[in-house]
Amino acid sequence: MPIILDKVSHIYGEDTAMAVRALDNISLVIPDGQFIGLIGHTGSGKSTLVQHLNGLMKSTSGSIYFNGEDIDSEGFDKKELRSKVGLVFQYPEHQLFETDVFSDVCFGPKNLGLTKKEAELRAYAALKLVGLEDDYFYQSPFDLSGGQKRRVAIAGVLAMKPEVLILDEPTAGLDPKGRDEILDQIAKLKRETGITVLLVSHSMDDVAKYVDRIIVMNKGRVMYDEEPREVFRQYQALEAVGLAAPQVTYIMKELRDHGYDVSDEVTTIEEAKREILAYFRER
Amino acid sequence: MLRDITLGQYYQVDSVIHRLDPRVKLGTTILFIISLFVFDGVGGYAAAALFLALVIRLSNVPFRFMIKGMKSIVFLLSITVVFNLFLTPGEPMFRLWKLTVTQEGVRLAVLLSIRLGFLIIGSSVMTLTTTPNQLTDGLEKMLKPLNKLKVPVHEIAMMMSIALRFIPILMEETDKIMKAQLARCADFESGNLIKKAKSLVPLLVPLFISAFRRANDLAMAMEARCYRGGEHRTKMKPLQYEKRDYIAYLIVLCYLVAGVILGKLLPVLLGTVLA
Repeated sequence: MPIILDKVSHIYGEDTAMAVRALDNISLVIPDGQFIGLIGHTGSGKSTLVQHLNGLMKSTSGSIYFNGEDIDSEGFDKKELRSKVGLVFQYPEHQLFETDVFSDVCFGPKNLGLTKKEAELRAYAALKLVGLEDDYFYQSPFDLSGGQKRRVAIAGVLAMKPEVLILDEPTAGLDPKGRDEILDQIAKLKRETGITVLLVSHSMDDVAKYVDRIIVMNKGRVMYDEEPREVFRQYQALEAVGLAAPQVTYIMKELRDHGYDVSDEVTTIEEAKREILAYFRER
Repeated sequence: MLRDITLGQYYQVDSVIHRLDPRVKLGTTILFIISLFVFDGVGGYAAAALFLALVIRLSNVPFRFMIKGMKSIVFLLSITVVFNLFLTPGEPMFRLWKLTVTQEGVRLAVLLSIRLGFLIIGSSVMTLTTTPNQLTDGLEKMLKPLNKLKVPVHEIAMMMSIALRFIPILMEETDKIMKAQLARCADFESGNLIKKAKSLVPLLVPLFISAFRRANDLAMAMEARCYRGGEHRTKMKPLQYEKRDYIAYLIVLCYLVAGVILGKLLPVLLGTVLA
């Protein structure tokens, strides 16, 4: 179900001397089934934006439509919205509270008023989706490693069977291996279930490999909203706002500057490999 | 939702009051509070009001900002006023249904609301113009003599400053965890008391865990920098009285004398004039 934002603005501390315009006139369409990367520097408003999408925050002005309905209209079921638009916060493992992993994942579906059996089935399926082995199901979530905890927390949101999954910096604080594992798992999940995924990050390297659309935010505004290739072509403008193209793009540019005839519009290591091999084969 | 509490908050702006030694501000606040309860009559309170107005003026903190933080207290204040109004025995003035309003009651209610109002504004001026760190520094230095009586003054001050430092952090954390659980369709509002208390478990458990984690990290960081309590510990910026601090003490003294004189002498003077 598509989400439409119409001229959404949010001001923190309105009517005080410390008022900050966190979102400035944002209009976006998030159609079904897309894999979107939302990128911006710290304080660019990306976390504020995603909290509007499931009604945790209310816009100062403008409207948000979920499946054609205004989410701020009277009688709109916010609980329903939150189950359909699953939001995984930064450091989601900090929200774990149950005595074992399985009950914690059951928390979401139980809140939806499902039967115990249905909730458990969903929890099991969600834990499988994030690739956690059965051995961990009845352990205390606090005994798991950082990466595993994060999977459990993501499963806790997935168990509500959302149609849109929003992940706010899902790789923050993980080592490179843990980061790749989580991102690969999310990409796999996206392929298998076909849900809409919105991946929030400040790292282009994280998203370049997976997404088919990138939204760049700067100072509460949408700066770019295009395909990754198009966005990375503007790498100088990105650098000016504290972001960067993926590292591999820079390597390809260097190679090109040194006289190797390779394309510099490459965004992933896989593409770069193909490009370089093709170049050597031609010679 | 938790951001609106301004009571006990620091307001960052430059002013004479901000630059005063925290000991002066602490001492003055204590003296001011005592004076509110010692002073009697219109004269004394006029002096207090004048003194308070002067301090607020000098502090450069907008008066509106102070009042905003007091809204939550108004409710408490009105309860005490109502109780005093109706429950003080004495000469009856008029009856409202079954309750009798007495002259003494009215007098007490007015007095009490002035006292409490001034007390709250006075102490919030102190917290608005002094950072928590300065405040505990001042307290530590003031209570230093108690060290001789084996009171661990430094440790108490350190605990206070850590506790104060943790308040905003924990508030932010609560907000974050609450939102995370709301995103999992948690319900904090509906149901009876038991159900409501139960619904707080998903909020409190993560909050406690994070508080312990933070405390642990802080202890580790302090130990890594060889913190061993107050003994032989020196300060980078030791508190030192300056000229303006002595002037401030002088002004406070003037205020106290003026208050006593106005409070005691004004009625007498008025009496003689009227006679």
